[in-house]
Amino acid sequence: MKLSRSSALLKRLQLGRRAVIAFPLVWLTLFFLLPFALVLKISLSEAAIAIPPYGPLLEYADQTLHVFLNLGNYLFLLSDSLYIAAYWGSVKTAFIATLACLLLGYPMAYAMARAPARWQLLLLLLIMLPSWTSFLIRVYAWMGILSNSGLINNLLIGIGLIDSPLRMMNTQFSVTIGIVYAYLPFMVLPLYAHLTRMDNSLLEAAADLGSRKLNTFIKVTLPLSTGGIVAGSMLVFIPAVGEFVIPELLGGPDTLMIGKVLWEEFFLNRDWPVASALAMVMLLLLLVPIVWFHRYQSKELE
Amino acid sequence: MSMRRPNFSTVMLVLGLLFLYLPMFVLVVYSFNASKLVTVWAGFSTQWYGELFQDQQILSAVWTSLRIAFFAASMAVCLGTVAAFVMTRYGHFRGKTALSSMVTAPLVMPEVITGLSLLLLFVQMAQITGWPADRGMATIWIAHTTFCSAYVAVVVAARLREVDHSIEEAAMDLGSPPVKTFFSITLPIITPALAAGWLLAFTLSLDDLVIASFVSGPGANTLPMVVFSSVRMGVSPKINALATLIILTVSLATLLAWFFMRRNETRRRVALRDV
Repeated sequence: MKLSRSSALLKRLQLGRRAVIAFPLVWLTLFFLLPFALVLKISLSEAAIAIPPYGPLLEYADQTLHVFLNLGNYLFLLSDSLYIAAYWGSVKTAFIATLACLLLGYPMAYAMARAPARWQLLLLLLIMLPSWTSFLIRVYAWMGILSNSGLINNLLIGIGLIDSPLRMMNTQFSVTIGIVYAYLPFMVLPLYAHLTRMDNSLLEAAADLGSRKLNTFIKVTLPLSTGGIVAGSMLVFIPAVGEFVIPELLGGPDTLMIGKVLWEEFFLNRDWPVASALAMVMLLLLLVPIVWFHRYQSKELE
Repeated sequence: MSMRRPNFSTVMLVLGLLFLYLPMFVLVVYSFNASKLVTVWAGFSTQWYGELFQDQQILSAVWTSLRIAFFAASMAVCLGTVAAFVMTRYGHFRGKTALSSMVTAPLVMPEVITGLSLLLLFVQMAQITGWPADRGMATIWIAHTTFCSAYVAVVVAARLREVDHSIEEAAMDLGSPPVKTFFSITLPIITPALAAGWLLAFTLSLDDLVIASFVSGPGANTLPMVVFSSVRMGVSPKINALATLIILTVSLATLLAWFFMRRNETRRRVALRDV
């Protein structure tokens, strides 16, 4: 009797446990994972003048099931050099911006981790504050600074250094600086987290054994912060590849990026199948970085 | 850190902070410019603030965005907290890898992909179930909840890992059922992390342009959507005024948070010294 009661209780506990697991699992499967299957599906369908603007994959007529797998969208991406150029432009720009973020962000995080304890919280908040304001507005700020009649050009002309304005807006330069500016906090934060957690006795040991500062940095500090470097770089690189707002506001005709091309295929051309194919190829390109990021992040989560 | 001879990293930190703050400072200064040409200074004026508060489109977009952000952040805290709890406390279970992938992937997923994929889902759902017939606030709420919950999960999981697990185990050993243990022991300890997660989700939802543009319908315009359609035409002093108000609000909130965190820290130090 008692046994059956406790086994009933155990069953209830098991059931409760399953329900608790199911809540986030079902929500995320439905609204995060399943949509990717639909992107794959639509990328294999044919564009049609209809609502929604794509044709079916399966059709049953005359007792036969017709399966349409249209690879045309993918072949189309290969045939038009615009798309390949846009993918290349995105990866290149994102890579340069990530490198710049790392070169600027690492010393910043290092200085923060070494600052006196009472300064650290304030510095941390100062780094995070910009990312709590508006992303759109922070990118927009650079329009007023870099444009031909903008702040920098007015200043340089004003002091007589140049006669005609430098063209900085709508170039590779403006897009890169926009990405570095918008994503810098995401580079600094994981680096800082790793650098503060570092055991200082290791540095002292190295110094006691006669290692020079630079040597200690390269042989001890840098390897111990690899996790932060990977996490920070991926947090910048992956979203930057698909960035839309920055190339749209700061870019020009010679700064093709795939996020903007996808947006235009979808909103201007209303070609959902090609937009889906563009998204699938982008996802494929980013699969390795995403898995890499996940490996470091899941270590943090457990 | 030596104060006499600033080293390389300290110089970089100062330069980096200047880089982060100067552009925002420029926005604030030019929001008080009398000239419509944003880059030419023509004297001090607050006229753009007056125009901002008469712009019905912006005001109603602010209200829409605030409501969506409030509900999305609240739901994301529920979802993200449960996800974090399951991942840190449940040991191994079927679907754990899937869950942890679905929690970390939204952190980096390009917004155009998330936006497009969710739109296709909503269209497909409408075809099969008849819902959502119109896209708007509800669909934006679902989209924002989903990506915000990933951020909440990361924040809460970090806190759960720090918390001493043995208190919860002791309560359960003494016969407290798991649900009661969670609400009376775990939840009070992680409340600061929930608040931080909620605020983060709130700002993320307020800020999102790309995902909202994909999943919204003709009825619902969020603030970033209105700002975006204005700034792609060029620089506008009204947007500078709006930016100034946003920067001011966030700075005040941060200052307040800093003040309270520092007070708590000092109290803890005093308490430790007394022990």
